[in-house]
Amino acid sequence: MKYFATISALALCLSSAAPALAQSDHVPPGTKLAANQTFTYWLQDDLKTLDPDLSTSKDGNDVLQQMFDGLYQQDDHGNLVPAMAKSFEVSDDKLTYTFHLRDENWSNGDPVTAQDFVYAWRRLADPKTASEYAWYIELMQVKNAHDVIQGDKPVTDLGVKALDDHTLQVTLETPIPYFRQMLVLSSTFPVPEKVVEKYGSDWTKPENMVSNGAYTLKSWKIGESIEMTKNDKYWDAANTTLTDLKFIPIQDLNQALTRYQAGELDFVQTPAGQYPRLKKEYPDQAHAPPRSCVYAYRFNVGPNGPEALKDVKVRQALSYAINRNVIIDKILKGGQKPAYSWTHWATAGFKAPNIAYADWTDKERTDKAKELLKEAGYGPDHPLKLRIMYNTSSDHKKIAIAVQQFWKQIGVDATLENFEWKVYLDKLNTQHDFDVARTAWCADYNEASTYLDVNTSWSDQNSGQWKNAEYDKLMKDSKTAADPEADYTKAEQILAQDMPLAPIYAYSLPMLLNAHIKGYPFDNVQLNWYAKNMYRTAQ
Amino acid sequence: MVIDERKMASLAEATSREDVAGRSLWANARRRFFQNKAAIFGLCLLIFVVAFALFGNWLAAWNNSDIDYNVMGDRVASAPSFADGHYFGADDLGRDLFARTVQGTQISLLVGVIGTMIAVTVGTLYGAIAGYFGGRIDGFMMRLVDILLAIPYMFVLILLLVIYGRSIGMLFVGVGLISWLEMARIVRGQTLTLKNREYVEAARAIGVPSATIIRRHILPNLVGVVVVFATLLVPLMILTESFISFLGLGVQEPMTSLGALISEGAGTMNYGTLWQLAFPLFFFIITLFGFYFVGDGLRDALDPKER
Amino acid sequence: MIVYILKRLAIAIPTLLVLIVASFMLMHAAPGGPFTSERQVPPEVLANLNAKYGLDQPLWRQIVTYLWGIIAHFDFGPSFTYKDRSVNDIIAQGFPVTLTYGFLSFIAAVLVGVSLGVTAAIKRNTLLDYIAVGISIGAQVLPNFVMAPILVLIFTLTLHWLPGGGWSFDDPRFWIMPVVALSTSYMASIARITRSSMLEVLSSNHIRTARAKGLPSRKIILRHALKPALLPVISYLGPAFVSMITGSVIVDVYFTTGGIGKSFVDSALNRDYAVMMGITILLGTLTIFFNLVVDIIYGWIDPKIRY
Repeated sequence: MKYFATISALALCLSSAAPALAQSDHVPPGTKLAANQTFTYWLQDDLKTLDPDLSTSKDGNDVLQQMFDGLYQQDDHGNLVPAMAKSFEVSDDKLTYTFHLRDENWSNGDPVTAQDFVYAWRRLADPKTASEYAWYIELMQVKNAHDVIQGDKPVTDLGVKALDDHTLQVTLETPIPYFRQMLVLSSTFPVPEKVVEKYGSDWTKPENMVSNGAYTLKSWKIGESIEMTKNDKYWDAANTTLTDLKFIPIQDLNQALTRYQAGELDFVQTPAGQYPRLKKEYPDQAHAPPRSCVYAYRFNVGPNGPEALKDVKVRQALSYAINRNVIIDKILKGGQKPAYSWTHWATAGFKAPNIAYADWTDKERTDKAKELLKEAGYGPDHPLKLRIMYNTSSDHKKIAIAVQQFWKQIGVDATLENFEWKVYLDKLNTQHDFDVARTAWCADYNEASTYLDVNTSWSDQNSGQWKNAEYDKLMKDSKTAADPEADYTKAEQILAQDMPLAPIYAYSLPMLLNAHIKGYPFDNVQLNWYAKNMYRTAQ
Repeated sequence: MVIDERKMASLAEATSREDVAGRSLWANARRRFFQNKAAIFGLCLLIFVVAFALFGNWLAAWNNSDIDYNVMGDRVASAPSFADGHYFGADDLGRDLFARTVQGTQISLLVGVIGTMIAVTVGTLYGAIAGYFGGRIDGFMMRLVDILLAIPYMFVLILLLVIYGRSIGMLFVGVGLISWLEMARIVRGQTLTLKNREYVEAARAIGVPSATIIRRHILPNLVGVVVVFATLLVPLMILTESFISFLGLGVQEPMTSLGALISEGAGTMNYGTLWQLAFPLFFFIITLFGFYFVGDGLRDALDPKER
Repeated sequence: MIVYILKRLAIAIPTLLVLIVASFMLMHAAPGGPFTSERQVPPEVLANLNAKYGLDQPLWRQIVTYLWGIIAHFDFGPSFTYKDRSVNDIIAQGFPVTLTYGFLSFIAAVLVGVSLGVTAAIKRNTLLDYIAVGISIGAQVLPNFVMAPILVLIFTLTLHWLPGGGWSFDDPRFWIMPVVALSTSYMASIARITRSSMLEVLSSNHIRTARAKGLPSRKIILRHALKPALLPVISYLGPAFVSMITGSVIVDVYFTTGGIGKSFVDSALNRDYAVMMGITILLGTLTIFFNLVVDIIYGWIDPKIRY
């Protein structure tokens, strides 16, 4: 009975603490909340900035969306829910959006106005800000974005204006069906004009920073932690249960796991290969939800690429020979899925085409690969020699070693080239100095074009310099098509046939999450989480 | 780990005294060295490690890059076993750890030895030239050493590897360039003493060119210091390489080094694959011990003092 | 003495200049710039960025502007990576952390190392001596990136005594593992140096005389033997302290302490020229300063030294 006694003693001391806590509408009635409503989140790398207009990373987005409310947010399934935008109207030509804003205040008490959005978006595009994410507003097709970024037009020409304090109007160059989906990203958040003007680049320091979200910044020590506390002036503060957030950057997943096991983190990504063991050990804490990113090997078919890769048979052979099942079942083991299409399978509305080689057995694939390679004129007396480029990371390394071995089976002699991040990016995107390079793409918004646009001939990210007129036309047409999904499916078919890259696997996020943290959006394929919707239950 | 400069200076003095120089010095040293149990133990360790690095591949059932799909990603199956030929077990990818340890030992020894050779050659020549010519040349060269000593070397090495990619050549040069400064100082001090010896002055008087004097009269007297310094420097180089590997800036896959294997093994030591740490660490430690005991033994043999 | 110090300080200035210019050039020679990013930046944005940070200027001009900023305003410029932080901010945040655990490690290494060395020397060839020597050799060959996870395994995961990482100036529990991981190998080196020089001193004439006079041995050791025996230890301390600070990379990486070691490695990898330069200059200055301090203390303890 000792066990029972401990529990009731605990329950007693907690029930006395419970009334002090706000019972939000996210928390099912009868839930025993923990007295200590903190959430400690793991980041792989420390953030480079807390300025929404300068932020460039997924981690940065995760942190900023706790502190700021943009026009829209996502619910647990990735559907749009209004945040600052109460409602909106769109013109018949789908070029003008009018958003009606909620009455909200900055954490210093000033009202958030439509002008704050105008200021933020102009600042994002302004050449003087020199934001590395300025291209995003161009991607949103906001009118004159391109010319403003280039400095050919003044920022006041940007297609965004405040009709009054609570009405924001955006004009687009061309209609895009997923415009509102794009407004979830931190680059579109409002920033407090007065504060930014007053402090300049120091405005994100804890003592100066003003935000309009559920949490405010408490401290940021580079390489150590970022801390936030609940914003009592937030309009929905009554429904915000977690009171303190802490973000700890730990680069090495093994170290991060140790810290989790020591109880110092509530969330961590599990290292490659460890998920099944951890799932057994911590069945209530291990999860592996799909995550909208795809891993691939890109072939360089441009002028700097090797002659061999310009032959489609060689590219097909190389792709067929990659045994995706071995990579997933023996290396990663964390709920990833083999990828034969470039778009992540869980992307909203996406219908993958039938890709023949996806259904073959491993042996069939290898045999076909050997055959194709022979047809292309390579064999034991004339072996194909290639370089595989990847950036420093133990997971990339493992996959590269495995791919090298797969290709050895079909008689390809591949050497590994490991570069650290900046050199790798330089060789990949600027010099195009590689044969085959590891690459990955994560969705900016939950729609297939975020993946497929990458392979258009005009895309800056098309690092293999592949060009296909039919593909370009499809992607252009899809922007105005009644049913863009049909175009996307056709585009995927072209990719599978012409193989500018070999998709390898569709990401998941194998993780450990403290069993007492509730409300994490596992079904949101971008895994955009909002701490204000989460809570911590009692032990 | 550190090389005690004072002892090196005392050694330099001992090996270049006129009365002990020549054959008897080395004969006595050899006798003393073989009486030193720790040094003999170290020598045995080194012979074992070198033999392992040279001939280990004859015993290996696998090569260092092939994946064994039967054990890949399976913690239990990749444990050490004689049945499947993985005497030291397999790594996370199912590659044979025995073959990888052999290959890692080769790289670590190479980095240690070649790095040391670079350091010792540059240091000795630099020190001998500065000491022999003296005067303004000496002043300038030694000021330069002082300046270079104030540079945080580990940082420079990191920079070099980041900038020029991770070629193994860069690694040799990088670790080599870290340690030549101390060598240069010791050699210079010794050369200053040697050049006032009668036979050197005599040689100079009859017009023997400086290069010949340095080669024939100065350098041979420095052999003792150089050998001891080099032996003690090798483990430092190996340690440096392991640190670089920990930062992920070491040699390219599928090549590996003991440092790289250890840092991989240490990262996963909580996951029940302790052999991935234990075997490389064992060879790492006995290599360092070996060089260390031998170097210490050599020094004591050449400079017998009560200590 | 004062002339000597002034002379040394005069050398410091060209040293720092060489350091700054050399690392500036090295860094700019590297492929990839600070604004090379995954989502390729359109050329117009890149041009804006370069203009904002003055990277569109010729190299010599950048160096001059940079130096002038330091001399005139003690301003090391904005970080290229951390958009809303200046180099001064980053150093002001990280350096006190590094300095704190670096200093504690230094104290720990000296206290433990010297006691261990003295004990071993006095109790020569007893079990205690062998244990002390064993510990010090073992500690020298175990890389600290192996020691750190072992410490965490024991003190965090098993005993739950210490936090596995992070930093707090108020809570000493955060200091312990970084200090142990950082100081152990230095402690071992100090112990070995102390032991051998203590042995040498104990066998010297003036100690023999003291013993012959019948002085109690505790008094002999404390009053007559310790001071000369510590001379080689002191000459080791300058470089040791600096290499402790630079060696803090592993501590920062492993324990996420937020010190400048990690900032340096990251800045090299991110091509954050400004932060990298700032830290290099800081460490170069520290190195020069500590070498000077050590030389002064050395002269003060050993009256034989003349400047």
